[in-house]
Amino acid sequence: MAGYLVKRVGSMLITVYVVITLNFLLFRVMPGNAVTDIARVPGSSLALEHAIEQQFGLDHSIPVQYWDYLGQLAHGNLGVSFAYQQPVAGLLVTALEYTLPMVGAGFLLALLLGLVTGVLAAWRRGTLVDSTVSNLAIAFYAAPAQFLGLGLVMLFTGLLPTAGASNPFAAGEGFWPTVADHAQHMLLPSLTFGLAVFGQYTLVLRASLLETLGEDYTLTARATGNAPRRALLRHVLPNALLPFANIAALQLGSLVAGAVLIEVVFSWPGVGTALYNAVVQRDYPMMQGIFLLLTLAVVLCNFGADLLCRVLDPRTAT
Amino acid sequence: MIAPGAEAITTPAPPAGPAGRARLRRALRALRRNPRAAAGIVILLAVAIVAIDPHLFMPYQAGQQVGPVYGSPSLSHPFGLDDAGHDVLSETLLGTQATAVIAVTSALIAVGIGAAVGIAAGYAGGWVDLVLMRLTDYVLVIPVLPLAIVAAALFGAGLVNLILVIGLLLWTTTARAVRAQVMSLRSRVFVRRVRSLGASHLRIVLRHILPQLAPLLVAMAAIDLAVAIFTQSALAFFGLGNPSQITWGIMIWFAFERTALVVGAWWAFVAPGLAIMLVAMSGYWVGQAIEDALNPRLRVRHLAPRSFRVALAGGAAVGTAPAGTAAATDGGVTEGGR
Repeated sequence: MAGYLVKRVGSMLITVYVVITLNFLLFRVMPGNAVTDIARVPGSSLALEHAIEQQFGLDHSIPVQYWDYLGQLAHGNLGVSFAYQQPVAGLLVTALEYTLPMVGAGFLLALLLGLVTGVLAAWRRGTLVDSTVSNLAIAFYAAPAQFLGLGLVMLFTGLLPTAGASNPFAAGEGFWPTVADHAQHMLLPSLTFGLAVFGQYTLVLRASLLETLGEDYTLTARATGNAPRRALLRHVLPNALLPFANIAALQLGSLVAGAVLIEVVFSWPGVGTALYNAVVQRDYPMMQGIFLLLTLAVVLCNFGADLLCRVLDPRTAT
Repeated sequence: MIAPGAEAITTPAPPAGPAGRARLRRALRALRRNPRAAAGIVILLAVAIVAIDPHLFMPYQAGQQVGPVYGSPSLSHPFGLDDAGHDVLSETLLGTQATAVIAVTSALIAVGIGAAVGIAAGYAGGWVDLVLMRLTDYVLVIPVLPLAIVAAALFGAGLVNLILVIGLLLWTTTARAVRAQVMSLRSRVFVRRVRSLGASHLRIVLRHILPQLAPLLVAMAAIDLAVAIFTQSALAFFGLGNPSQITWGIMIWFAFERTALVVGAWWAFVAPGLAIMLVAMSGYWVGQAIEDALNPRLRVRHLAPRSFRVALAGGAAVGTAPAGTAAATDGGVTEGGR
């Protein structure tokens, strides 16, 4: 186990390094210069542009810039946002404080929905319930996340808050009212997120349940006298959950797209809205920082998924 | 040494003459058993026909104001009017063309690159395989939408850029699936026989391996189509589409940007959203049906879920586990998600 862990951590670190380098290259091959936007102030001159380039080290060669970049990253410096004149790292931490609870709650909802509907569809395979549930899952999964968000906004206007993370007029009300206010605002975005992504969990769980039902040990469990429900709970479900957990953990990284769109629809002040604003304002350091953050999140999630599968299923030990 | 008889059974004949017609009959029978795949194919064909010349199907002219801004749905305008008084249904049909062009081209590029990489890795093996698979792993790890957004923001949001970005990100799942199948095909006896007759590697790949890959490539293309549409609509929603070219994603963005929500004009985004949903579902159904047909495990006996009696898995199931599909995955999407 220790040897496997070392190998996997090593592989992950190499991937992290490749991602960091890609991030650097991506923002260096863009047309124009990083300072062409800053230097567009009234009364600027070529001298000003040169001065800014020198200050940010952009007049050095690319390999020197790369070395500087790595050094700064090691100190946690992701650059300074053009639009907010503040360190990108600090802004991203604030944004994450909003994104993580919303996405976390939505993800749990999606897992729950997927579990319930997957078991239901497999248990009643071939009946109307199965086709209805499966097609509903596919339909929700096939709907674009922003479409679901807009639909839910239309349905719940007036009933639930549909924009922002809190009521600005309720800022000083006290601890529990503030928590309740935040929770109310988080309800719709998390619900949208859960609805947008649960479909794949339903289908994967249904498929793996049906496959487990075809295994020999299930037949044995039944033949040795277990009641159907006991066989389902003790023998079928735990084994069927393995590919389900695998897919769930792997897909964590690619849930980014849905989260980003939903945040824009609900004006949720998280990483997605930050990316949207950075794009609109051409705030390249912010874009670079967010891209790095999201890609590293995917790498970490894949690593976590690998470890989870190893722990849950010793048969994958090679 | 594998018994030649066993190999002869498992090596499918290339489609030609009676063998080809038998395959066609089997494919049609499989379609009848799987109504979802049939519906999916019909929907995709309908979208393709509309995309060729939308003006034949549009009830009103493009860009023609036929009523008040955000007029409600009525009998003559089943999906209402948008922010400029245009008929939403006509706009949606018009948008089919640009959406289809972007999605199909991106899917073709993705499948093309994926097939090339997969065949090279699976057939050559050795260090070529190692290098290509490492490359695939690194590209796979990059989330599609953020990179697409960054690339569009950096390099401009033109049509070509859009197609390139989506195509260059979606090839990885195809590459992996193709590599797996090519590796299993390469070790088949018929390849060794043809090689011993003096066939070059290129001839083996083109004449013997590629036809076997065709169903898998079609399945991957269908799924990549859905993810391409998701990603394109997500990019449009970020303001990174081309506003002068109507696509379904642009229409949803217009609805959001141009205060349809404030006015309560839900119809402004329902039509394009439903269109994307239908195409994505059809792509998924078709891709899944092909994967099911290729997957021999469906013929394993299942225990009937409630009674736990042994029962055959009847026909094609609603859907097996998506083999590395995205979200969208898109979308999700793109996924899917992926």
